[in-house]
Amino acid sequence: MSKLTDLTITQAREGLTKGDFTARELTQAHIDAMEAHRGLNAFITETPDRALEQADAADVAIKSGDAGAMAGVPIGMKDLFCTEGVLTTAASHILDGFTPPYESTVSANLKKAGAVTLGKTNLDEFAMGSSNETSYYGPVKNPWKKQGDDADMVPGGSSGGSAAAVAGRLAIAATGTDTGGSIRQPAAFTGIVGLKPTYGRCSRYGIVAFASSLDQAGPMTRTVRDAAIMLGAMAGFDPKDSTSANVPVPDFEAALTGDIRGKTVGIPAEYRPDGLNAEVQAVWDKGVQMLKDAGATVVDISLPHTKYALPTYYIVAPAEASSNLARYDGVRFGLRVTDGVRSLDDMYMKTRGEGFGKEVRRRVLIGTYALSAGYYDAYYLKAQKVRTLIAQDFKKAFETCDVILTPTAPSAAFPVGAEVDDPITMYLNDVFTVPTSLAGLPGLSVPVDLDKDGLPMGLQLIGRPFDEETVLQVGDVMEKAAGFTHKPASVGA
Amino acid sequence: MSLDNTTVRNIAFLARIDVPEAELPGLADELSAILGFVEQLGEVDTKGVEPMTSVTEMALRWREDAITDGGQQDKVLANAPDAVEGYFTVPKVVE
Repeated sequence: MSKLTDLTITQAREGLTKGDFTARELTQAHIDAMEAHRGLNAFITETPDRALEQADAADVAIKSGDAGAMAGVPIGMKDLFCTEGVLTTAASHILDGFTPPYESTVSANLKKAGAVTLGKTNLDEFAMGSSNETSYYGPVKNPWKKQGDDADMVPGGSSGGSAAAVAGRLAIAATGTDTGGSIRQPAAFTGIVGLKPTYGRCSRYGIVAFASSLDQAGPMTRTVRDAAIMLGAMAGFDPKDSTSANVPVPDFEAALTGDIRGKTVGIPAEYRPDGLNAEVQAVWDKGVQMLKDAGATVVDISLPHTKYALPTYYIVAPAEASSNLARYDGVRFGLRVTDGVRSLDDMYMKTRGEGFGKEVRRRVLIGTYALSAGYYDAYYLKAQKVRTLIAQDFKKAFETCDVILTPTAPSAAFPVGAEVDDPITMYLNDVFTVPTSLAGLPGLSVPVDLDKDGLPMGLQLIGRPFDEETVLQVGDVMEKAAGFTHKPASVGA
Repeated sequence: MSLDNTTVRNIAFLARIDVPEAELPGLADELSAILGFVEQLGEVDTKGVEPMTSVTEMALRWREDAITDGGQQDKVLANAPDAVEGYFTVPKVVE
């Protein structure tokens, strides 16, 4: 039998049901791995005792035959989800000591489905970043390294701790959140599967807000089937989130028929800019061929406003962030700086000056400027109009195709520290994922191959609103064709 | 658009973030570069285009105008840096 930490959700479910091992054994194996790999800095808070209690409860449920879809599966919870009684930091100094008195809907749903939470995973501060280097709790290391090179690579971001935990076999799966690529890009950088569902599919209640019109929770797993199972456990209508969609949650796993004959896959010309990394191009071509071989029809499509997606995002997201982050005032929770404070404004300014890291400060200031008197129309309103055009591009494209195939990221993982000094270079990491977010569509990253340095590369499948089923169905076929079975060196054979 | 130190100081005040004087010039350069990057949106013809306010084409739901929650003073105050007798407190604001 393979090691317990190598199991997928699907395999764990089977082994637990058959009684090959208990949820407690499975959980203990992952707790040991979590402790052995603390050097990755994947977790901000470990909760092994709670995990074992949850595992015992899962063992009881499994024995009595009423186990949920995630019963006994040890997962990591991105530290952006509020968890009752467990420190929740958003990887920010300003949330020092914050222990939520309530539970986010997604984490509650997972708990209900029997999942075992190992702890809270590291992330970019307030999910703002593409390399997990903006965390107040320090950068996360990618379990993958270049062949013959010991330099630490970034895991991508912002869900970098979740990605590293899943890729490094510390957790079978993890939750992520995605505002402009924060699930899909780290999934690609670490050779795992990441799904950003349609906006509204998973409740945002209890997720520390970054940009409310974009934020969406999703699963990070090692297989497409696992993503389907976990999404089913996370999703669902929630009256506590005014933008939660009141639509039925289908059996996502049932969509994985293995047959994509008759499906039409669109290839957008605009995702092939001059200077596109040749290896990214080659992996993309390979993916196209796999889907053709599986019987899908491949058509060229156009998404003409693609190049304006990033600039649109860097108005809309910071504007919403500046508004959302106004709540951190040192009065009701988290950090309060009182040294030398002479007035209320002074306390706000000192608390926020000390509490926010540089990237968060940058984005709050850009957002404040874009929303300020005299600039609102020129920046924010303009960006909202271009966002409409970007969404219309996709709508039109989906008249001629069922799913769109693109690279997930413009490169493989880069070394820690390599891009940290130049915000715009860092922002370009999300060039292929941001348009999907602006249009609210589901996007799935599937690992396809290694580059010449031995680092994983992923491809993204984009679907119609609330059609995660087709995205997962095509992703499952591409995953099987790609046969990506590589593991990071840290995991061992 | 290039921002000067005075403008950045003013934005920082609007956002209630204390920025040390020494960091203003560097921040002004970074913010100016980001604004320069987003200004390419000016090329896009948006005449007659509606601004997007909701990405999913759904109307907000109505609910009964009734109390659904409350009576949790302890929980509400549990994380307050300085709660006194059921209140949040702030530094003295009246001179």
